[in-house]
Amino acid sequence: MAKKTIRNIPQERTAIATQGSKERIGNFNEVTLGYSLEDTLIEAERCLMCPQEPCVPGCPVSIDIPGFIQKICDQDFRGAYDVLAESTLLPAICGRVCPQEDQCEGVCVVARHLEPVAIGRLERYVGDMAITEGWVSEPEIEPNEHKIAIVGAGPAGIACAADMAKAGCDVTIFEALHRPGGVLTYGIPEFRLPNPVIDAEFNKVLELGVKVECNTLVGRLFTIDQLRNEMGFDAVFIGTGAGYPSFMGIPGESLNGVLSANEFLTRCNLMQAGEFPSKDTPLGLGRKVVVIGAGNTAMDAMRVSLRLGADEVHCLYRRTSAESPARVEELHHAKEEGVMFQWLTAPLEILGDEENNVRGLRCIRMELGEPDTSGRRRPVPITNSEFEFKCATVIYAIGTNANPIIGQTSKLKLNKWGYIETDDEQCSSLAGVFAGGDIVTGSATVILAMGAGRRAAQSMKKYLGINDPVDMEVSDPNQRRIFGIDARQKRFARVRLPEQDRVA
Amino acid sequence: MYEILAREDFSEVTFLLEVHYPLLARAARPGQFVIVMLHADGERIPLTIADYSVERGSFTLVVQAVGKTTNEMQQNCQVGSRLYAVVGPMGIPSHIGELNKVICVGGGLGVAPVYPQARALKERGAYVIGIVGFRNKDLIFWQEKFENVCDELIICTDDGSAGLKGLVTDGIKRAVDQHQDIDEVVAIGPPVMMKFCAEATRPHGIKTVVSLNPIMVDGTGMCGGCRVAVGGEMKFCCVDGPEFDAHQVDFDDLMNRLARFRPEEKQAYERWAQSDNCRLVQEEPNIH
Ligand SMILES: Cc1cc2nc3c(=O)[nH]c(=O)nc-3n(C[C@H](O)[C@H](O)[C@H](O)COP(=O)(O)OP(=O)(O)OC[C@H]3O[C@@H](n4cnc5c(N)ncnc54)[C@H](O)[C@@H]3O)c2cc1C
Ligand code: SF4
Ligand code: FES
Repeated sequence: MAKKTIRNIPQERTAIATQGSKERIGNFNEVTLGYSLEDTLIEAERCLMCPQEPCVPGCPVSIDIPGFIQKICDQDFRGAYDVLAESTLLPAICGRVCPQEDQCEGVCVVARHLEPVAIGRLERYVGDMAITEGWVSEPEIEPNEHKIAIVGAGPAGIACAADMAKAGCDVTIFEALHRPGGVLTYGIPEFRLPNPVIDAEFNKVLELGVKVECNTLVGRLFTIDQLRNEMGFDAVFIGTGAGYPSFMGIPGESLNGVLSANEFLTRCNLMQAGEFPSKDTPLGLGRKVVVIGAGNTAMDAMRVSLRLGADEVHCLYRRTSAESPARVEELHHAKEEGVMFQWLTAPLEILGDEENNVRGLRCIRMELGEPDTSGRRRPVPITNSEFEFKCATVIYAIGTNANPIIGQTSKLKLNKWGYIETDDEQCSSLAGVFAGGDIVTGSATVILAMGAGRRAAQSMKKYLGINDPVDMEVSDPNQRRIFGIDARQKRFARVRLPEQDRVA
Repeated sequence: MYEILAREDFSEVTFLLEVHYPLLARAARPGQFVIVMLHADGERIPLTIADYSVERGSFTLVVQAVGKTTNEMQQNCQVGSRLYAVVGPMGIPSHIGELNKVICVGGGLGVAPVYPQARALKERGAYVIGIVGFRNKDLIFWQEKFENVCDELIICTDDGSAGLKGLVTDGIKRAVDQHQDIDEVVAIGPPVMMKFCAEATRPHGIKTVVSLNPIMVDGTGMCGGCRVAVGGEMKFCCVDGPEFDAHQVDFDDLMNRLARFRPEEKQAYERWAQSDNCRLVQEEPNIH
């Protein structure tokens, strides 16, 4: 076969079927339907198999991207899955939620001339097939005597647990909520990441022998110290996430009808408040909803509001769509579904009625000024541009802070924002205690959390003296890597400090 | 785990549940609370720990049937049945310092939760004045338990059928008149009661601690639904509290936020009361 070049590959990125926007806001079914076999084979042909493979370091867990795509071209899907499984545990999840445009697809060579190869969609296809076919890439597990505790059943904890179980350890995950999954379960809605997909990928971890204890708030039921010294755990991994939502400190925040996106999404996803009163948890959503912020969390809150019957949903963001930290696809879907975007707008005050319910917002228009320390242009208020805006619900999606419980109850060294301090190998200040994911970097991404969990597992094995048959070092000689990235981690993880949206 | 070992009904609406959970019994400290789910479709509700016993491997809740979930608990939580989920202990434990003389005030819902504090203070050697309020004589419970850990116990009833006729704030007034050397007041009860306790001690400058009970979801700091205004700052009650300096708390704000789901609460209760799951109606003839 002739060598593939930019000229002879399919020029158009293969479109993906979606539910129509009118139809989908009436249900919680998945919006992006996924590729067919034919789509998958055509899209796979678009990969040039570049010898320098820039996409591989573009992926936070260094998936051998040309490798799995080549297997797809050969129609060896099981082989493609095995290549993915070397690096990621959760391909069906990552294929759906990774911000590919900032990662693998963002550095794809094809993107210099055409639209990049749809790496995420191909990954999802193979991941979904593995679920339907029941494929597992189960290594031979040789049990050893080590007991490992994992705190938090989010992507970081799950990834660390799986690697330690594969290494033969006796692993228990302790999770505070009544269901595992972390943000995947309580935050990201069904229409973006269906529960059966989470369950299927999580079950693979359980099949490795990992135990899960829900309803266990570590730090309070027992401490990290007790896990190590009284309960017989040889090493502990902390992946408790960054859930501790920020508010802005403007007047009116305690009015009824003001809530964080985390509360809103938890009520809807974890507690199924959309089905109140047949489920017990209420929601109390108004007809006109304003969401402050424009990241993934904001997109999710807006799109859930529309599905639960809000007449109008507005997005308030003090910068422009170009600075929105959301995945491009989510922003696009939110627009299609009818979210109204108020770019360059900041709230000044939430207005209430006599019964202390929200009746509106007082806002101000902004313009972009000089770049700030993060390199983004700083929004500055335009004088005399204040206006009032009617609404009944205000949802804050302006970021999160570090959860304080583990910090309050242990001697772990924290940084000045309360996140756990670790070195590049995820070792905390306490021997035998490792940490990773959002509780170290601040709110980041699923794949970065997973990568951190796996890196921590590598360090744990080193700490426990477990010989690892699988060499996790990836091939780039210029970059020292302990599974995936270390240097790169810093580049990708936008440590999102609580956005000081406050108008100066 | 989560099995109900004992139950006692104090009145038509107030009942006690002793729940088996050895690990929690070991970890619990005065001032902490748990989040309970009754069944898989249930809501997560916070309840203050009223007692705990390492020997019995259990902890105790005293519940008032006010809404759908607590009424359902009253009906379904019989000895031998199990709660669907219990998480805890949550919140920062009370600071039990070296105090000489303390008043522990409990009213309504707060009578039971103030007990572990009184006991812990007594164990630290403090002179403990207990003040507990009930509507009438028939609703009094745990009198003996309190007497065992209090140097003085003032029972207040609204109608004067027992003890002092009046509110717990009248009890505070009496105690403060008699003792000039009170170091601290701990008050737990409905928000209005705590608000008035704060006002009763403010002029005397006596440090007063209250335990707040806002609406919660996770109880882990993740949702911010439990936020309260203390000293002009926003605090998350589940991780920064539940105890705060009464003189700094904005009780009106708390009361407003507690009313947040009132229409939904009413709807849920009425729907349940009329459903086949509710045995209130069928059982009534047997009760009377
Ligand atoms: C609404 C929303 C949408 C998002 N969308 C995307 C997206 O599209 N793509 C993407 O890549 N990223 C997205 N993210 C970010 C991503 O979900 C997180 O970066 C990722 O989940 C972090 O994983 P983690 O394992 O560190 O923590 P989490 O997923 O937060 O999990 C932490 C777990 O630890 C538990 N826990 C906390 N404290 C304790 C304790 N003391 N004891 C026991 N358990 C505890 C928590 O209950 C939780 O289950 C989104 C986040 C949100 C909130
Ligand atoms: S895991 Fe994410 S970044 Fe890596 S290849 Fe898949 S989609 Fe791209
Ligand atoms: S109950 Fe959710 S943060 Fe306190």
